[in-house]
Amino acid sequence: MTPTDTTALVRLEGIEIAFDRRIVLRDVHCAVHPREILTLIGPNGAGKTTLVRVMLGLLRPRRGRVRRASGLRVGYVPQRLHIEPTLPLTVRDFLALGQRASRAACERALAEVGVGHLIASPVQHISGGEMQRVSLARALLREPDLLVLDEPGQGVDVVGQRELYRLIADLRNRRGCAVILVSHDLHLVMSATDRVICLNGHVCCAGEPHAVSNDPEYRRLFGPLADEVALYAHHHDHRHDVDGRIIEPERDG
Amino acid sequence: MIDAWSEPFILRALAAGIAVALVAAPLGCFVVWRRMAYFGDTLSHSALLGVALGVVLSLNPMLGVLIAAMLCGLLLLVLQRFGEFASDTILGILAHSTLATGVVVLSFFEQVRVDLFVYLFGDILAVAGGDLLWIALGAVVVLGALAALWRPLLATTVSPDLAQVEGVPVLAVRVAFILLLAVVVAVAMQIVGILLITALLIIPPATARRLAGSPVQMAVIAAGSAALSIVCGLAASLGWDTPAGPSMVVTAALLFVVTLLGSAAYAR
Repeated sequence: MTPTDTTALVRLEGIEIAFDRRIVLRDVHCAVHPREILTLIGPNGAGKTTLVRVMLGLLRPRRGRVRRASGLRVGYVPQRLHIEPTLPLTVRDFLALGQRASRAACERALAEVGVGHLIASPVQHISGGEMQRVSLARALLREPDLLVLDEPGQGVDVVGQRELYRLIADLRNRRGCAVILVSHDLHLVMSATDRVICLNGHVCCAGEPHAVSNDPEYRRLFGPLADEVALYAHHHDHRHDVDGRIIEPERDG
Repeated sequence: MIDAWSEPFILRALAAGIAVALVAAPLGCFVVWRRMAYFGDTLSHSALLGVALGVVLSLNPMLGVLIAAMLCGLLLLVLQRFGEFASDTILGILAHSTLATGVVVLSFFEQVRVDLFVYLFGDILAVAGGDLLWIALGAVVVLGALAALWRPLLATTVSPDLAQVEGVPVLAVRVAFILLLAVVVAVAMQIVGILLITALLIIPPATARRLAGSPVQMAVIAAGSAALSIVCGLAASLGWDTPAGPSMVVTAALLFVVTLLGSAAYAR
């Protein structure tokens, strides 16, 4: 798939999902295009994760169609992974489960997401934030056309989340893959995304971040919070690594 | 006593026991990792229904058990996917209703003189040449299939969602695993008996956990400790005239305690 390809990677048409008789998603249309960062936002229970599971093919919709570009390679970073303490698995073993990969390739992928030092650690000994980066490395090893991250900021503080979104934007620029993010955190995603879909059982509104944040539907959904968020502009003058330690600025020469 | 070990029936028992240990332990690792101990228990309980089936249709009991365990496993899979009850409730219902039905059906066949104790706790010393052949065949099939399935099964165990997105046919892998478990139940019944099969699946992997640094290591160490339990259990049975199957399980449990205490002491 070339970056100039203008057809959608994944296109959803009239999706309806119900658990028992409760309808969770109704008549959802949306598409993911090459190289774009698309963020799904919405309150708890809005069906964000459900929609992602439909896109991934993990959930079959009751109505509607899911069209995927042929040969689409997807990298998936789940919200959280629980790995049994009885399973002796190192980060290296974990990476190799998704894709047969040499040790050097694993080291490169881990370094790309900033956790190269973890390669020999048992997966049960690393933090939630580190596990998310390790899962991201596993997804990258597959050379994905589309990267799907479900609530990537969970269990990470605000600064750590900013770092993560910056990393995701870097990955998109470097690798040219499309990205789908799920988030319920408004201000963090606004700066790191090309397009936002605001979800609450159906698509409330969609478009560029600024257009969405001024949309009356969006304001009704998030209430006064929407204004608070619009005012929030935090300027951070240094960077942190995964554990929150300050990264020394890189010097030239 | 000293030349007991050269008796053909002892050698057959030893060979059958070791063959079963070598397949049950690696498969048991997945049972532990997937938290399926109760699932294994349910499959083994259904074995008595299989014995009854064998008697009614005059089949080899091992074949009857294989059929019953496979059907029970597939039924469980369907009920867990579509049922409204919690998994352990379904397992409990199936485990005990199959066991009870087995006992009731067998009670109609008094002339067959079914010795329940033998089925419940095993009779490794009665392994005949034909049995040994079937056990060896079952062991080879299971080990070969497990080797082929290893990566997708491990990926599914770690995260079924992730595995499916990465192209693993998760449902097919799960079905294959259940069928392999059914084969192990069928070949292990004569060695340790219906009530103790799960012990052979669970205890050696638990023993191996503290000593292993990777999934493969854990499977290999578990197989070794299971084989050791078979040999020691058989020796105890010959020396002190104790029932062989339970003696093997007691040995396995002792090995577990030893590694537990050993690693606790090492950690200090």
